[in-house]
Amino acid sequence: MSELLDPQRWRPAPFLPQADARDGALTFVVATLCFLACLTALTVLAADRAARGWTDQLTGQATVIVRAKGAETPDSAAARAAEALAGVRGVSEAQALEKAKAEALIAPWLEDGADLEDLPVPRLVAVALDPKAPATAAELDTALQAQGLDAVVDDHSVWMKDIKRAAGLARWIGAAVFALIAAAAGAVVAFATRAGLAARHEVVEVLHLSGAQNEFISRLFEMRFARMAAVAGLIGAGAAGLMGAALRLAGGGQGLTPVLPIAWIDLAAILPCPLIAAAVAAAAARLTAQALIREMT
Amino acid sequence: MSRNPQAAAAFDASRAVVAFDDVSMRYGRNPETLKDLTFSLAPGSFHFITGASGAGKSSLLKLIYLAVKPSKGLLHLFGQDVSTVAGKDQPFLRRRIGVVFQELRLLEHLSAFDNAALPLRIAGRKPETYRQDVAELLSWVGLRNRMHAMPETLAGGERQRLAIARAVVNRPDILLADEPTGNVDHEMGLRILRLFVELNRLGTTVLIATHDQDLVARSGRPVLHLADGRLTKLAPQGHSAAQLDE
Repeated sequence: MSELLDPQRWRPAPFLPQADARDGALTFVVATLCFLACLTALTVLAADRAARGWTDQLTGQATVIVRAKGAETPDSAAARAAEALAGVRGVSEAQALEKAKAEALIAPWLEDGADLEDLPVPRLVAVALDPKAPATAAELDTALQAQGLDAVVDDHSVWMKDIKRAAGLARWIGAAVFALIAAAAGAVVAFATRAGLAARHEVVEVLHLSGAQNEFISRLFEMRFARMAAVAGLIGAGAAGLMGAALRLAGGGQGLTPVLPIAWIDLAAILPCPLIAAAVAAAAARLTAQALIREMT
Repeated sequence: MSRNPQAAAAFDASRAVVAFDDVSMRYGRNPETLKDLTFSLAPGSFHFITGASGAGKSSLLKLIYLAVKPSKGLLHLFGQDVSTVAGKDQPFLRRRIGVVFQELRLLEHLSAFDNAALPLRIAGRKPETYRQDVAELLSWVGLRNRMHAMPETLAGGERQRLAIARAVVNRPDILLADEPTGNVDHEMGLRILRLFVELNRLGTTVLIATHDQDLVARSGRPVLHLADGRLTKLAPQGHSAAQLDE
């Protein structure tokens, strides 16, 4: 094809040089930060789910310790307690545990060879509460008192406070780490923009002195760094997504990762990462470019 | 002050392309580089600025192309006091000024054609509207066969002519050139001067900063001489412009 007719030869080249030796390293750093941010987001979601799971389990259950009084056998007292509790509004099910189960719970606290037959081992009643309107410890206690039973209700409220506190702390720490990583990504892009502008000072100056408006020049850098960050965000989010999927497939809530149960829906949380990275990069590039152009003029 | 018919018309200071009124300029806290300059350039005029190294020639051009600001005095461009021009409007003022930088400042990642077309692209022109004009301009400066060459492959004279093409592509009202013949041989220097004379004939006001006394003498154009930051106007000297044009 004749040179004059070849449209490729006449297509205007971009105002900024396309390739830069530092672009690869910068993409790697931003991708790594995006990966860490996505991983943190997944961890926060999983920690939140785990905490909610633990709380749900504890709020849905209560344990009643029953001691026999007078001539009544422990088994009989436990059976009466279970019957009384089953009739309380807000209780789904109450079941007296067998003697062997109660003894198995106590055994770890005793020396080897201790004879449990000699001990007045209390019986336990496991109470499943209605998750929508659970009975309170006071209501259970009242029902037991009414039957003249010597019993103590443990509604797990002591553990729940600890778990809720731990879950809240985990959420805050996760959010703080996420914010820190996002800020670091923004700062890296801002520094990179500054370095990019400094390296292309000559280009910026020629554009400026040729009548380019500050907005026009800063938009060139904005677009360039937004594109770079979007690609880096895609790489980082992709890697974090793969890791999340691998953890989910390896066990999710029940298998190898019971502490941090990841759900498939959690992976949706990292989808906006490329967009957010691009937006952060664009804003950082815009502000940095405008400040540098102002300094130049 | 010029042989150009337009410049020969009665000079009206308010219509001057450039007017300095007691202008001084300093970089940061340093002593003044330019001191108390008062002069004006009529539309269509052609002047040289001469002076020793460090006399302030480049600084004077920088003031005109709005790269630096006066520390004192009033500078008018195209009848406008530049200190009253808002920052967002300055680019539009710059588009009326063509500059050939001493160090040329060609963009090495752009072809000769894209370098020359740069001011037009910045002004928002579409490629199809300027392709023909830029090609003709590059032919005019003798780069017809080098349009798609990258600047690094161009010879010194070709680079110089490309920088001139970029400076004049949008038909500026004033062309500023800083040592435009500094890196070329005598013959090429004369060719470049002929280009400037040709542009001046088309109505462009031309102001050239140079060390090249021979070039100044051959042109027969008026000289603004700078010494220690102060301005001295000299009469035209040496050969006439007609000789140069032959």
